[in-house]
Amino acid sequence: MTVGHALLGLLEAGPRHGYDLKRSYDERFGHDRPLHYGQVYSTLARLLKNGLVEVESEPGAGPERKKYAITDAGVSDVGAWLAQPEKPEPYLQSTLYTKVVLALLTGHDAADVLDTQRAEHLRLMRDLTRRRDGGDLADQLICDHALFHLEADLRWLEVTAARIEQLAAQVRA
Amino acid sequence: MAAEPLLVAENLELSFGSTTALDSASVQVHAGEVLALMGPSGSGKSTLLHCLAGILHPDQGRVTYAGRDLTAMHDNERSALRRSEFGFVFQFGQLVPELTCLENVALPLRLGGAPRRAALRSAAAWLERLEVSDVADKRPGQASGGQGQRVAVARALVTRPRVVFADEPTGALDTLNGERVMQLFVAAARDTGAAVVLVTHEPRVAAYSDHEAVVRDGRVRTREYAR
Amino acid sequence: MTRWVTDLTLGVRLSVGGGRSGWARLALIAVGVGLGVTMLLIAASVPTVLDARTARTDARSVAAGEELTAGEPTALTQEIRSSFREAPIVGLLLQPEHDDAPLPPGVTRQLDPGDLVVSPALADLLASDAGAALRDRWGDRIVGTIGDEGLTGPEELRFYLGTDRLTAGTADRIQSFGWAEGLDEGLDPTLLLLVLVGMVVLLLPVAVFVSTAVRFGSENRDRRLAALRLVGADVGMTRRIAAGETLAGAAGGLAVGTLLFLAIGRVAGYAVPAGMGFFPEDLRPVPVLAALTVVLVPATTVLVTLSALKQVLVEPLGVVRRGSERRRRFWWRLVVPVAGLALLTPLMGGLDDSLGSQVMVVAGLILVLLGVALILPWLVEAAVHRMHGGGVAWDLAVRRLQLDSGTAVRAVSGIAVSVAGLIALQGLVGAIGTLSAQTQADTSTFQAAVLDIEPNTDSAGTWARELSRAEGVAGVGTLVSVWARKAPSEAGQPVSGDELLVDFGTCKVLAQDARLGSCDDGDVFVVVPAGATAPEAGSTYLLGAGRGGDARWTLPASAEVVEPSPGGVSAMGGTPARVLVTPGALDGIDVDPESVTAYVTLDPAVPDALDHMRTAAAQVDPVAYASPIAQERITSILGNVRQVLLVGMVALLVLIGASMLVNVIEQLRERRQLLAVLVAVGTRRRTLGGSVLFQVAIPVVLGLALAVVTGLILALALQAAVDAPLAFDWRGVGVTSGAAALVVLLTTAASLPLLWRLTSPTGLRSE
Repeated sequence: MTVGHALLGLLEAGPRHGYDLKRSYDERFGHDRPLHYGQVYSTLARLLKNGLVEVESEPGAGPERKKYAITDAGVSDVGAWLAQPEKPEPYLQSTLYTKVVLALLTGHDAADVLDTQRAEHLRLMRDLTRRRDGGDLADQLICDHALFHLEADLRWLEVTAARIEQLAAQVRA
Repeated sequence: MAAEPLLVAENLELSFGSTTALDSASVQVHAGEVLALMGPSGSGKSTLLHCLAGILHPDQGRVTYAGRDLTAMHDNERSALRRSEFGFVFQFGQLVPELTCLENVALPLRLGGAPRRAALRSAAAWLERLEVSDVADKRPGQASGGQGQRVAVARALVTRPRVVFADEPTGALDTLNGERVMQLFVAAARDTGAAVVLVTHEPRVAAYSDHEAVVRDGRVRTREYAR
Repeated sequence: MTRWVTDLTLGVRLSVGGGRSGWARLALIAVGVGLGVTMLLIAASVPTVLDARTARTDARSVAAGEELTAGEPTALTQEIRSSFREAPIVGLLLQPEHDDAPLPPGVTRQLDPGDLVVSPALADLLASDAGAALRDRWGDRIVGTIGDEGLTGPEELRFYLGTDRLTAGTADRIQSFGWAEGLDEGLDPTLLLLVLVGMVVLLLPVAVFVSTAVRFGSENRDRRLAALRLVGADVGMTRRIAAGETLAGAAGGLAVGTLLFLAIGRVAGYAVPAGMGFFPEDLRPVPVLAALTVVLVPATTVLVTLSALKQVLVEPLGVVRRGSERRRRFWWRLVVPVAGLALLTPLMGGLDDSLGSQVMVVAGLILVLLGVALILPWLVEAAVHRMHGGGVAWDLAVRRLQLDSGTAVRAVSGIAVSVAGLIALQGLVGAIGTLSAQTQADTSTFQAAVLDIEPNTDSAGTWARELSRAEGVAGVGTLVSVWARKAPSEAGQPVSGDELLVDFGTCKVLAQDARLGSCDDGDVFVVVPAGATAPEAGSTYLLGAGRGGDARWTLPASAEVVEPSPGGVSAMGGTPARVLVTPGALDGIDVDPESVTAYVTLDPAVPDALDHMRTAAAQVDPVAYASPIAQERITSILGNVRQVLLVGMVALLVLIGASMLVNVIEQLRERRQLLAVLVAVGTRRRTLGGSVLFQVAIPVVLGLALAVVTGLILALALQAAVDAPLAFDWRGVGVTSGAAALVVLLTTAASLPLLWRLTSPTGLRSE
């Protein structure tokens, strides 16, 4: 759902054409993997179907000239998504990064996003720690592996949290 | 958390000169729980710990321990409280270099007026509990860092305190040693029913806690997920 | 070579660039070394001062017994010895016989009878309220003051009095003043011992003290050197840098010492007892000795620093003390003082002034005192290792000392050596005091005496009358003495050569000279000193035989042989027998007295009664010697010495307190974090303060105890040497201990503010 939420978040700033949306997305999130037009329009179609966006038609224009706007349902969907911690798993960075940037863009508290995520990470780390300290050597090694990864994520979260002001200035520029 | 919290800080404010260390910080510690205070360096987490322990006096706000207002107490009362009801583990520099490890552990009991022999006996039991009996007669300088921290933990717990304050207790240790110290520390604290306030910036150390409170810019951003 | 210079200057820069604590360390070294330098410069000046005194006294000395005829440029002169309170006053009667008669140095004009020239100090005394009892003793016509060239010191009390009553028979006729008097009779062995002990006691601690001062704050320095090793300094460089740092302190010490010496020179001449005063300009160090001081002191400090550095390994990562775990051994430390005591044993048998025994005494003293410095570290270590139990504060202090007692001991050992020496010296001084106190005669009836050795027949009456008039004189009794020879049993036979002294006086007066038992008018007593022949009862004597007197008097058979009074001249033996005769037994014979002694009862309620009496006596005859019966002067000079010793001891204690304070403060700084943690866990500050107190007190108490014991042993040995009764100077020990306790308390008190500051919770934040 990441792309959908990202597009929704971008639309919170104001109605846009599909083409603009793709460009904004690529600029901010699509560093090495730009979106295809098809992906953009199919996602928008799905959002339209779910009532999260609506179309403001301009008279006498083709499909690429359609302007999309976010609905109230869309706004609350973005808020819920931001407040929901991701399941701690490897390679979360892109998702979390997207979330932080969108939070900044949409006026949500980006630090909250990070705190929420940290709490979720710690919860899992507690479980793993408990399991490791009670388990045999194999358990310990496996749990340690997971713990070190989670710790790396958390460290990234901390660093990001510390730089959030800087990021906000950049995103809003 | 239905039960009355054991230690409560409400809207603490504290400045050192022009630097604001605490800015309306509030936190609660329940009996028997392990609370991690996390946050970047300079966020005020150590200062918050010092206020909770009655070492520092906040400019504004109130700290209540078991219904008693710490901030209204005389320094001597707070000292007595720290001797009898609180325990402390710091990162380093806490063991008296001239005393043997055993005597270091016995020190809080003797400060509290316990007879020397009895104090040494329970100190020895605690060293055993933390698996460092072999350094009992050595001075701290002759023990390894991990052993030294375990001696410090034994010293913090020897008075059977109700709250143990730990400030980066594994900060100077490697991963394995640090984890062993945390395991023994938290297990022993839970056995005695002591609450632990743990200041750390390491997630793996914080993972030994029941809850965490994040301190940033002198404020506490608490998130509790009880499952 | 340039490397050396670079390293040394780097050391100097580091020592002055060390911030406040660096300056404090430098200042302490400078003061410590400076005191040593002062001491050495003073010692180096003693020969100059003595030479100057000798030159001054020689220049005004009077040659006796010269064959000169009157009328040449000559003068008659006679010396007058007097005192005011306890200060001696010496004067010369001058009777010029020519306009060009010789003038004593410092006097610019011939004196007419009654003219008085006085030293400035005497002029001040006469003009002051205190000098009331002295006024008019020699008349009031002061015509000038004696110039400095005629005085030994600014405080000397001296005068010249013009007269016309001298005769060639009783006075000296002189052509000039100044004569190499050859008064070199050598010091009294007792005084010589006192001087030798004094020199050792004063100079030995200088060495200990300078070497201690150089180590002030050396732990800090060692850490700095370790930091230099980290950035690549090699061992040689660190040594040279340390030497440079020390040199900076030593240079400061030389400056401080010189200034202090100059300051002392301004006042010292006034501060010492009047008899020993000297002019400030005479206090000049002997150039060779001064040069030695300037060269040797810095050299010593550098040597001490380098040898101290040998005890530690300065590694890039920190400082390792060598052999700190090694326990000190006792036996070889004991060898030194035992050898010293062995050298002192000949003293027990008495004293002689041969060079060999002097060397032995000095060497023995040095070894015993050095023994104190050697035994103390062992003593403190052994003691703290046996100390158990006690409160937490006590435990913390004891454990600290167990780990490292060296620093504390170094600070204490300097004082221990001085105190041991000073107690020995005090014991000796006190013993000499009691010795002279013991020779005091009975003062219950009479307290003063005037001796007139040129009396005429009315003298006894004149003295009794004139002295009774003086303020504060309650009674006068006279003793008239004549020499007597046994009259030949038949006329024409030669008079026997055996002389004896016959004294006439009332029972009260005679009791002053012998233990009479019961006495009534008409009784006769005989005193036979050891070695004298006892006179035969019934023999007839010619009284005044020496002057051609021929009054005959028979020693009655009822004459009772009695013991001389203790402390009297007769008690010492070697004098002829004496016969004491009460007026009733004289049968009305009129004798031409050989000498008259007027015994005077003084009213203790009248201040300066003694001096009023002296003035009255001088008005009768300025040459008559008026003195108290008790020999107060020696005791009081010794009292001064004791005072000086006590002051010196207390000053040393204060200095030691300062160096201990530096140690404590340095140590507190070093453990600021630990202190903050201890307070965080609820340690009472009282406990921490107590541990500081014990930490300072234990070495000081042990050091002083050792010093007192050693000092008392030495004092006993020295007292045995001068045949004084063995006695302890408890007052001196008490004052010393009290001062030590005070120093411990003050040192602790002075370190408390820092302790409080360091234990404030903010100390926890310094991570």
